Amino acid sequence: MSALDTSTYRQREESITYQAESAGMGETHELLTLNIGPHHPATHGVLRLLTTMEGEVIRDVKPIIGYVHTGIEKTAEQKSYWKVIPVIERMDYLSYYFNAMAFCGAVEDLLEVEVPERAQYLRVIHLELDRIMSHMVWLGTSALDLGAISMFWYCFRERETILDLFEMSSGQRMHTRYFQVGGVIEDIPRGFASKLRQFCNEMPTRADQYADLLEKNQIVLERLRGTCAMPAEELLKIGVTGPLLRAAGNPWDLRKAAPYSSYDKFDFKIPVGTVGDNYDRYRVRHAEIYESVKIIEQALEGLPEGPFITPDRKVSLPPRHELATSMEALIHHFKLVTEGFRVPPGEAYHAIEGPRGELGCFVRADGSGKPARVHMRDPSFTHLQALAPMVKDAYLADMIATLAMLDPILGGIDR
Amino acid sequence: MEIKREKLDPSDFRVRQLQARDMLRGDLEGEELDKFVEQSVMTTTMSKAVSWSQGNSIYPMTFGLACCAIEMMSIVGMRVDIARFGWEAFRASPRQADLLILSGRVSVKMAPVIRRIYDQMLEPKWAISMGACCSSMGVFNNYALVPSDKFMPIDVHVPGCPPRPEALMHGILRLRDKIQGHPPDGWRERYDAVGTEEVLTPEQQRGSEMDAAINVYPGGDTAGA
Amino acid sequence: MPDATGLELIAHELREANDGSILQTEFRRGRAVLEIAPEHVPAVLQQLHDKGYTFLASLHGVDYYPDEPRLGVLYELMDMREVDRISVKARVSTEDPRVPTATGLFPGANFPEREVYDMFGVVFDGHPDMRRILMPEDFEGFPQRRDFPVGGEPVLFTYNEETGYGKDQ
Repeated sequence: MSALDTSTYRQREESITYQAESAGMGETHELLTLNIGPHHPATHGVLRLLTTMEGEVIRDVKPIIGYVHTGIEKTAEQKSYWKVIPVIERMDYLSYYFNAMAFCGAVEDLLEVEVPERAQYLRVIHLELDRIMSHMVWLGTSALDLGAISMFWYCFRERETILDLFEMSSGQRMHTRYFQVGGVIEDIPRGFASKLRQFCNEMPTRADQYADLLEKNQIVLERLRGTCAMPAEELLKIGVTGPLLRAAGNPWDLRKAAPYSSYDKFDFKIPVGTVGDNYDRYRVRHAEIYESVKIIEQALEGLPEGPFITPDRKVSLPPRHELATSMEALIHHFKLVTEGFRVPPGEAYHAIEGPRGELGCFVRADGSGKPARVHMRDPSFTHLQALAPMVKDAYLADMIATLAMLDPILGGIDR
Repeated sequence: MEIKREKLDPSDFRVRQLQARDMLRGDLEGEELDKFVEQSVMTTTMSKAVSWSQGNSIYPMTFGLACCAIEMMSIVGMRVDIARFGWEAFRASPRQADLLILSGRVSVKMAPVIRRIYDQMLEPKWAISMGACCSSMGVFNNYALVPSDKFMPIDVHVPGCPPRPEALMHGILRLRDKIQGHPPDGWRERYDAVGTEEVLTPEQQRGSEMDAAINVYPGGDTAGA
Repeated sequence: MPDATGLELIAHELREANDGSILQTEFRRGRAVLEIAPEHVPAVLQQLHDKGYTFLASLHGVDYYPDEPRLGVLYELMDMREVDRISVKARVSTEDPRVPTATGLFPGANFPEREVYDMFGVVFDGHPDMRRILMPEDFEGFPQRRDFPVGGEPVLFTYNEETGYGKDQ
């Protein structure tokens, strides 16, 4: 009998029967607990996910966090108010201007200082640039997670341009310490406006190119469309705001609902999704880039003249040239640098619209030069609670895509 | 028409090119062949060759912890391109990587995890501590962080908060020098430094380190400092 | 924010519904705070929810050391229809730091309550998973209390470089 004798082989083949039940496919599988992280290839920081899966379908996921807990809030209690700003900026490390804005807003509420209009416009410009930059990093790393690796380089090219702008205005690429209580630390230099205008001209074209790269791609559409949708009421119960809520259809944006820092003077739209699945989340964030560019253009056109920080010398440093002539300026400078300003006792909660949602800062002042409690309400911390209901009964690959669209920043979650 | 004949310098490019062509055809023989081999072959020790090639093709591991991770991602980007040096293959698995770039703050909960991953890496392995938070305690000198020196050996510390991509590149190039066998001089040798160390009196030297440490927060009211 | 009179009206209604729940109201710099007794937290939150404050923006703890009762839990509620914020404060002492949980009404209070427990030691009765969330599971102490030391490490300088810092300690 040679090996090529097919008759006995065929006989043997036909005698094999495949029955799903006896092989175990028809009944419930054993549940497998898979530990994803804290170190994993998905580039979202050190998040540990304990997933309970049945086959490839996820039945439960428990996020375990705390792997980058830095005790920022405790450190902030030991430092005077203006020294808290660099510390608090490092919380949500992609939206550092927003962290500083929330804290400065809370302290300005407590002190009842008014921020001059030029400072408000400059703040808006930097906040919107930061929003675009955060969305760029989000887009690059999310596409990396989905497998569209070349998006990473394109998005980081935009990020470099934006960081050049930040470096022009404040000297640092990240964690710039640009926002101070009462305004901004310095006016924008010469050349900033023209470079910003050039960026605003280029950015919509670039965003169109990113859309072209991704949105007609069959793989991206299959992975994002229809996966892990969640209705807006569920999201609201959990406390989710930001692009996730807007993708589910609720047009809630603090820039429109409770305008701060002269956002009401700008004309921009809020992108809102319909279904609330991953594709809508991606589209909402992508559309926000165009709106942010519009806001920056309007702010740049309408930038008023005036001081860039509050003229209240009890709160902000006097300009250097005054130190040579005015005794009061010298004394104010001395007191502010050595002791810092004192804030009358009270509590304040200031919330702004960050790139991920409602970013709030709670400050309790006890009358001394240091805050008694600083708490940042981080959007990613609340959104992580929405992960479990979102990915229930979805595939593991859908969970990776959902995690990418959720845009968690572990620095904000763990603080 | 005058035809001028000149003897070309043997190091001229055209001469070498023709010699190489002859060698490939098998036409070079004898003394010419010996000379050719001498000129185009470099002798070195095995270890130097190995370390030269190791230094030029490191597989870093994706270990982004916090803000420094974003700057580490931007050295993969186009402006400061780490692929110029052959280091662009970031591997997620510790078994396949040989460089651990600790980028970001190391918290108490994360330190044993990092140590475990470092142990899982195969020899030879190196570690770069990127940023102020893992090198020293950085901005946050408090209960929640651990300096990375405390639980694993680090080859290069890169200061900055976060270090610019160019600064990280500088640190990486220093590490490459170290791997390839010519470690850069320490700062004392480079600047012929004398007198910049903390001068301690003999009592302080005999005393406990915590008393002499000048950067430990002692608690209590420091009135805005 | 509800203005001062609005806040008093809300407080009055709540006091009628639950006797002894409202301890104090405060309206300062545009911020309305209702201080309530801890055991009435779910009832007050439910009533505020029915009044329209359906969104829990933030749940966090504060240590009022040296004022007693020391530990406070703050609930920042928001009315999305009228864009109105109100804060609810519940203060407990360190001897009996128990507050009923708000996760029944606001499922998003899960992680924040765990964080308050982790950082301050306030135990939320009825919470499905009362464990530490940010610090390691076996950590002792509650870091964000005012009497917990900041901690820190001596930084590696040249004088302690040779002593093998890190290897002996």
